[in-house]
Amino acid sequence: MNLRKTAKGIYALWYREFKVFTRERSRIVSSIFLPLFWYFVFGGSVGTIASIGVNYQYFIFPGFLAMTIIFNAMFNGAYVVWDKKIDFLKEVLITPLPRTTIFMGKVAGGLTDSVLQAGLLLLIGLVLGIPFTPASFLLTVVMLVALAVGLVSLGLIIGSMMESPEGFGLVSSFAVYPLFLLSGALYPLDKLPAWMKILTHADPATYAVDGLRSIIVGISSLSFAANFGIVIAFDVVLIMLGAYAFKRMKL
Amino acid sequence: MDAIVINGLTKTYGGLTVVDSLNLAVRKGEIFGLLGPNGAGKTTTLMMLSTLLKPSAGSAAVNGFDVVREPGKVRSSIGMVFQDPSSDEVLSGYENLKLHALMYDVPSDRIDRKIDDVLDLVELKDRKNDVVKKYSGGMRRRLELARGLLHEPEVLFLDEPTLGLDPQTREHIWEYIEDLARKLGMTVIVTTHYMEEADKLCDRVAIIDEGKIVALDAPEALKKSLGGDRVLISGRSLKLDDLAKLPYVTKVEPLDGGRARLTIADAGRNLQELLRVTGELDLVEVHPSDLNDVFLHFTGRQIREEAGGVMEQLRVMTQARQNDRH
Repeated sequence: MNLRKTAKGIYALWYREFKVFTRERSRIVSSIFLPLFWYFVFGGSVGTIASIGVNYQYFIFPGFLAMTIIFNAMFNGAYVVWDKKIDFLKEVLITPLPRTTIFMGKVAGGLTDSVLQAGLLLLIGLVLGIPFTPASFLLTVVMLVALAVGLVSLGLIIGSMMESPEGFGLVSSFAVYPLFLLSGALYPLDKLPAWMKILTHADPATYAVDGLRSIIVGISSLSFAANFGIVIAFDVVLIMLGAYAFKRMKL
Repeated sequence: MDAIVINGLTKTYGGLTVVDSLNLAVRKGEIFGLLGPNGAGKTTTLMMLSTLLKPSAGSAAVNGFDVVREPGKVRSSIGMVFQDPSSDEVLSGYENLKLHALMYDVPSDRIDRKIDDVLDLVELKDRKNDVVKKYSGGMRRRLELARGLLHEPEVLFLDEPTLGLDPQTREHIWEYIEDLARKLGMTVIVTTHYMEEADKLCDRVAIIDEGKIVALDAPEALKKSLGGDRVLISGRSLKLDDLAKLPYVTKVEPLDGGRARLTIADAGRNLQELLRVTGELDLVEVHPSDLNDVFLHFTGRQIREEAGGVMEQLRVMTQARQNDRH
């Protein structure tokens, strides 16, 4: 299997995922609506009582970018389950493509899908007056991509192990809500009890949110570079686990 | 050279043996039928030959490549049309085929022309930009047949290609398959439980029951092996003992109401002679033997198309509902 064939295989799967994505407008709308809704309700209400030294809405905006990535990236795993239900997955697995290539293609597709949606929210953020500089805007996109790679992989791992869409929904929501709520998206993590703090360290979104905050509102526990490095480390582990899960996946 | 060689191929799930020490060689360029009722192990066999399932024991080679040791090479050289719909219905026919071509590394400058070629074959060219959701069941099956041919496989597997389709579409699909196979010199392995269709299409058939091959030959030879055609007669003064002595009568079964069922070699030629011996009859019915009789003969059971049909319909409906996701 040479590099050109691998690239073509990844492109093939990306092509399909992207076409499907562009035809699911209702999903795109709802995936943007939810974070915006939280942003205004939470930002407008809790913001009035929160005293964290900066504008609360600016503070939680990175959290909602991460939220968009978490929800949409994980959701991609559901496609694997649907593809099992129809025989589309067999059609893919019976091609000469190695499972690893198939996995990478799915990651590429899910990545595009979730980053484009977070990108829309990012543009809305500009309109809402979130104080971006050209440099911080660019770094934000880079961080969102890094976060999405790991979480798409996680979604695909869960999808590869599930037989039914219901099962996927159940298991993925067990992952999605802790990933979101423990990431510090809504509140500073230093006020959490110690045992819970430990859990937040196991959440890649924690580092993405902290990193984004460091460049958007200027408060964070780690530097952008340190946070980015940790997210990439999560990516590497999750990609390896994902490739393994796809190799083991049964029909 | 044989396109497929199977030696002692076995698949067990827990204690259940689904495919039981299968031995089989399929010649290059042959249209080969795997016949049997639902659950006989046909699909499981195809899944093992196409590397989607690992055999529990035994071995199989497709185009000279071992299915366990060289799965990538096997997959490059085969095409498959699955029993259940396997195209993405959100994509157009063209997009489904393009995806397939990319995955099989069809050279980029030839993809569009190849797609047009196969769509021409199955007469879907004018619908190529419609999303598959808008296709009828028959069109979808034709699209998937086109897809199976797109990368010019040496061996094409067809798993119940006409299941759940109306008789007219079924006939069309078989015509395509036969036409294509002869034209392209492809080896075709087809599973079906429609015996008449297998009879018309296949060069040779293997009848599978409970994971084992119980008969294997050309359809004509299998029918001949039954000893002839069945003739139902009814008359007031039948002398069955006399009839049994006739050289071309291989079997005599008395039935109630003065009727009898005879098995007669080459009924077409010997019927006149028989009628002379019996004298005047109230009733004569000739049933030329078919593969259903062959199946009955080798397994002691009728292949239950009706029962299968209902279950399949249910399954197709459930599937359709599950697919209804967008």
